[in-house]
Amino acid sequence: MTTTGSLLEVSDIRASFGGVRALDGASFSVEAGTITGLIGPNGAGKTTIFNCISGLVDGFSGAVRFDGADIARARPEVVSRSGLVRSFQLARGCPLMTVFEHLMLYGPRQVGEGVFRALASPGAVRRQEEELRERSYAIAERLRLDHVLDNLVTALSGGQKKLLEIGRVLLAEPKMVLLDEPMAGVNPTLVGEIAEQLAAIGESGVTILLIEHEMELIERLCDDVIVMAEGKFLTRGAFDEVTGDRRVQECYLGVQLQ
Amino acid sequence: MISYLVFAGTIAGFYALLSLGLVTAWGQGGLVNLGLVGFVGLGAYTSALLSGAGFPIWIDWIAAAVVSAAVGVALCFVVRNLRGDYLAIVTLGFAEILRLAETNEKWLTKGSDGISGIVAPLKSDLGESFPFFYLIMTWTLVGIVAFLLGCLLRSPFGRALRAVRDDEQIAAVAGKSVLRLKLQAFGIGAALSGLAGALYAHFTSYIAPDVFIVQLTIYIFLAVTVGGQTRLAGAVVGSIALVALLEASRFIAAAIPGLDAVQIASLREFAIALTLILVMQLRPEGAFRMTNERSGLSASRAASESCYGKRAIVDDAT
Repeated sequence: MTTTGSLLEVSDIRASFGGVRALDGASFSVEAGTITGLIGPNGAGKTTIFNCISGLVDGFSGAVRFDGADIARARPEVVSRSGLVRSFQLARGCPLMTVFEHLMLYGPRQVGEGVFRALASPGAVRRQEEELRERSYAIAERLRLDHVLDNLVTALSGGQKKLLEIGRVLLAEPKMVLLDEPMAGVNPTLVGEIAEQLAAIGESGVTILLIEHEMELIERLCDDVIVMAEGKFLTRGAFDEVTGDRRVQECYLGVQLQ
Repeated sequence: MISYLVFAGTIAGFYALLSLGLVTAWGQGGLVNLGLVGFVGLGAYTSALLSGAGFPIWIDWIAAAVVSAAVGVALCFVVRNLRGDYLAIVTLGFAEILRLAETNEKWLTKGSDGISGIVAPLKSDLGESFPFFYLIMTWTLVGIVAFLLGCLLRSPFGRALRAVRDDEQIAAVAGKSVLRLKLQAFGIGAALSGLAGALYAHFTSYIAPDVFIVQLTIYIFLAVTVGGQTRLAGAVVGSIALVALLEASRFIAAAIPGLDAVQIASLREFAIALTLILVMQLRPEGAFRMTNERSGLSASRAASESCYGKRAIVDDAT
């Protein structure tokens, strides 16, 4: 399983919730600098494996290695700080915070987050805030969120929330991002735009692992596609390869093809 | 009458300190601390005992804040996985435990007799003007605390804390140490409670376990709710309003004929309950609304950004 270029490696992940086996020995790896799609029918365990990798769920067995370090069952903030940042399928947010504050929140290594430093070194905090603000504006502009920076997150449209999900993940300066259905619930006119954004992020050197049901997007963006079914790794390969695979078709349709 | 107002004003100052602590822990951090009064008692006893042992008053006060903060952080760590109602119940119980310990550990606290003759700073030197001095000192302290908390809550710390309050998972995925932020917010609230308790002890020169009962916690929750849960200004205004209400009910009750002393006292609690219900019904957000919460620097910038396009950034760069 181990390949030299792999940035993320999960092996033999098993997790059950209330007697339901959500993951049943899932293993795969993601090469650095690629955009990899993670597909599979509903209930295949895609989001669950994201939860395990990102530390939001710790009741699982198996190994997770990221960038050479063991991050299995690490706390979510530790995973995030190691450069692996995720987005959420249902765009979430702190309802009382503005878009701008949301972006600023994701800035990494903020000195002003300690009580003492926040009060004792206002200069350093201010400099970092300025820098972070510039980056927030730049990312907001890139994602065309700059005109809604002052709005509360609750006032955004579904598509804008998704863009904000992507934006704040980028603010964390990640090595790799886990995107959970960035297109779900997005207005079709925005789909092309988000796709372009993702392609640009990939080109900037950030590794992407992407859960998506929008096959067109997977085909257009992904170098490599991993298919999961029933909590296990099923197959992987180029888009045409895996979609042509009879087992993949069967698991999506839920029937034996004649 | 003047001395009565000065007394009430000083008490309002103590309440303001407590409310500022509650705004930080509860309003901004989402940590329901129904054990507030426990930390007030802890601070009061710490300071009174140290002062009795001959330590100078300023050391007693700092020690009161530090001991309360340490116990607060320890409690918060133990109950780190509890939220909302569950946290409320545990903290409520914790305050009761402290009160019972104060009552029963007679070797240390003199039990329900309480500790009397607690030294007040400069009282012999100042004579008649002592209450004025204490009033001004208390409110100066309120001002300093409010200013520092204002800086803190507008800093990245405040931003991260609010994220923890609204959605812990978002905060964690953003790389924030959720537990550390909670401990800090709870600790700040506990420290201010301890400090207020110490100030109270040296002001009245007498403390006993039955001073630190749950009513006080409810009062402070009322003050913060009236002012606006998340707002420091609300905490101060709410505390003044609370004392005004408590004191007014004294006069109003006395004006109603046919009430005995016990009934007058209950009428006061009735007024508090009624106010809380009315505020929740008519203006649940409090006097100071919850506004868009922004961290310091960004606030004006983000606002001017939307009004004047990109100019704000350009100005800044030059």
